[in-house]
Amino acid sequence: MKIVQHGDHRRLPAALVLGAGVLLLALSFVAGSARGAYAISPLQLWNVLLDMLGGSAQPTPEHLVFMNIRLPRLLLGVAAGAALGMSGALMQGLFRNPLADPGLIGVSSGAALAAGMTIVLGSLWFPDMPRTLGSWTLVAAAFAGSLLVTMLVYVLSQQDGVTRVGMMLLAGVAINALAGAGLGYLTFLATDEQLRNIQFWLLGSLGGARWSAVALVCSVVAVAVGAGLALAKPLNAIALGEAQAALLGVPVERIKRFAVLLTALAVGAVTATTGIIGFIGLVAPHCVRLVAGPDHRTVLPGSALLGAALVLAADSVARTMVKPAELPLGVLTAFVGVPFFLLLLRHFRSRL
Amino acid sequence: MKADLSLLRRRDALRYFSLPVVSAVSGVGSLSATAAQAQVQALAKMPRIVSVSGATTEIVYALGAEKQLVGTDTTSLYPAAALQTPKVGYMRQLSAEGLLSLKPDAVIGTTEAGPHVVMDQIRNAGVKVELVEADHSWAEVQRKVAAVGRATARVAQAAALQAKLDAQWAEVLATVARRGGRKPRAIFVLSHSGSPQVAGEKTAAHAMLNYAGLDNALISTGSANFAGYRAMTPEAVVTAAPDVIVTTTQGVEAVGGVEKFWQRPGLELTPAYKRRALVALDALYLIGFGPRLPQAVAELHQAGMKAIA
Repeated sequence: MKIVQHGDHRRLPAALVLGAGVLLLALSFVAGSARGAYAISPLQLWNVLLDMLGGSAQPTPEHLVFMNIRLPRLLLGVAAGAALGMSGALMQGLFRNPLADPGLIGVSSGAALAAGMTIVLGSLWFPDMPRTLGSWTLVAAAFAGSLLVTMLVYVLSQQDGVTRVGMMLLAGVAINALAGAGLGYLTFLATDEQLRNIQFWLLGSLGGARWSAVALVCSVVAVAVGAGLALAKPLNAIALGEAQAALLGVPVERIKRFAVLLTALAVGAVTATTGIIGFIGLVAPHCVRLVAGPDHRTVLPGSALLGAALVLAADSVARTMVKPAELPLGVLTAFVGVPFFLLLLRHFRSRL
Repeated sequence: MKADLSLLRRRDALRYFSLPVVSAVSGVGSLSATAAQAQVQALAKMPRIVSVSGATTEIVYALGAEKQLVGTDTTSLYPAAALQTPKVGYMRQLSAEGLLSLKPDAVIGTTEAGPHVVMDQIRNAGVKVELVEADHSWAEVQRKVAAVGRATARVAQAAALQAKLDAQWAEVLATVARRGGRKPRAIFVLSHSGSPQVAGEKTAAHAMLNYAGLDNALISTGSANFAGYRAMTPEAVVTAAPDVIVTTTQGVEAVGGVEKFWQRPGLELTPAYKRRALVALDALYLIGFGPRLPQAVAELHQAGMKAIA
């Protein structure tokens, strides 16, 4: 499969695709609000919403569960999906490679390595850290790890002041392998319970959604997605080749740096809070491209919308399928995403 | 913007409101001035419990409070009836909403329960969370019994159970102490998954060996003492020269039986192999630090002595 060049025949009108994306996200948000292990009837949900706006006195248990557990989780899901989806589109556009995803530049593996180090070595090396940072220790470390590793990949891809995209791809693969080996060594050192913690972290979960973290992640992602949308036109030009884009007056170097930075920030923040949520960053952009064509003005916002909808749908299943227990989200994103993707592939295969 | 602000205010309000509401329900335990009074109140409304550790679940049953038990975690495997209760998942990976959907008044377990954020969410929803520190001692069992007693509003029954268990414990310790002479050298092998591990200091298994009057052979011969579990290497096992191998029945089943277990490299060069001295006990019974701890220590002690008799 190859990315169809810009200017090729378009499939569905952008407005229609984006409208459908908004609708899909709204639907999965409503469905996610109404579904959960804790039974909240539509009427109770309505009352909670009225309370929220009006501010009445005594909160019901349904109110507490919805406001403190389910709603922050839904919002974190939206932020996570939007960040992963859009960053995936940015990376595929930047690398002009259909296999690119945010993980390629080391965001996820850096976060994973740092999280693993915190879980296994944290209490050994910095016994005071958990006390000063509390449950933020892991989040802060994972975020720092994702930024550091991404920076390393970026620096390795510099040559004569130019970012070599091909270099970045290979450096990314190499550094990911290195981080994987580091994580492997950590699992060797880990005790049984630490091993469990690492495993769960690697499978991702929105269960850690609390308002403080959600507010932080949502603001970072909102800024990143907003800024990312501005890269649509330059990325369309880069799709023609970097030299052509430069001739068209696109500041290619700045665009590359900006795309990497946005991805590192958005996906770094999300991954630090949720653990690794796979597959969304790879698949959401492809889905949008299959239906709408390769114009980044559609692909970028469309991927953000679809990514958010997919994460919400997957998390709804994760929360309810084995209730009162919960499945790891990383398992579900693949289970929900792959059939969706394959269906689209089959339907549009004639146009590939 | 306005909605945002009122939302924040509401959340603070929720926290204040939720506490008195729930403590009115689950505060029954603290009110039990007399057992009779507690009984009357108990009949009206006994607190609903979710237990997220195998040991506390056992204690709930030992107190006859199983009707109050509305959910357990996946480590709650004994008694068999506990398997029929709704399962809230693995104790380190609990789901706040799933747990709250069982509408418990209290959640009991050990400090291993988590993640922390989820435990906070459960607390903020007004549910009492009782987590017992696990330090692999008899005091740990006592704390668990007391915590379950408080949470289930059966403080008197818990005190009675504790007295009974304390008596058993004293008897077992006396039996172990009476036996003089050489201590059997033992190693504990944990092999629930692929690669077997051996127990060092600061593990429940190490504490068990000590209580049962066995010598953790890895620690006494170890060039470097180690804490926690470590991969079992054949040469270390041979060097340790254990008289008896202690493991879990689950571990033996996982490798496909006792014969297969002995085929692990290194084991056939130990003194234990000559007499096939293998003690396999149920994992929860052996290292769960629940109410069956006295029996487990006694059984382990006898098995250890038999190995060097």
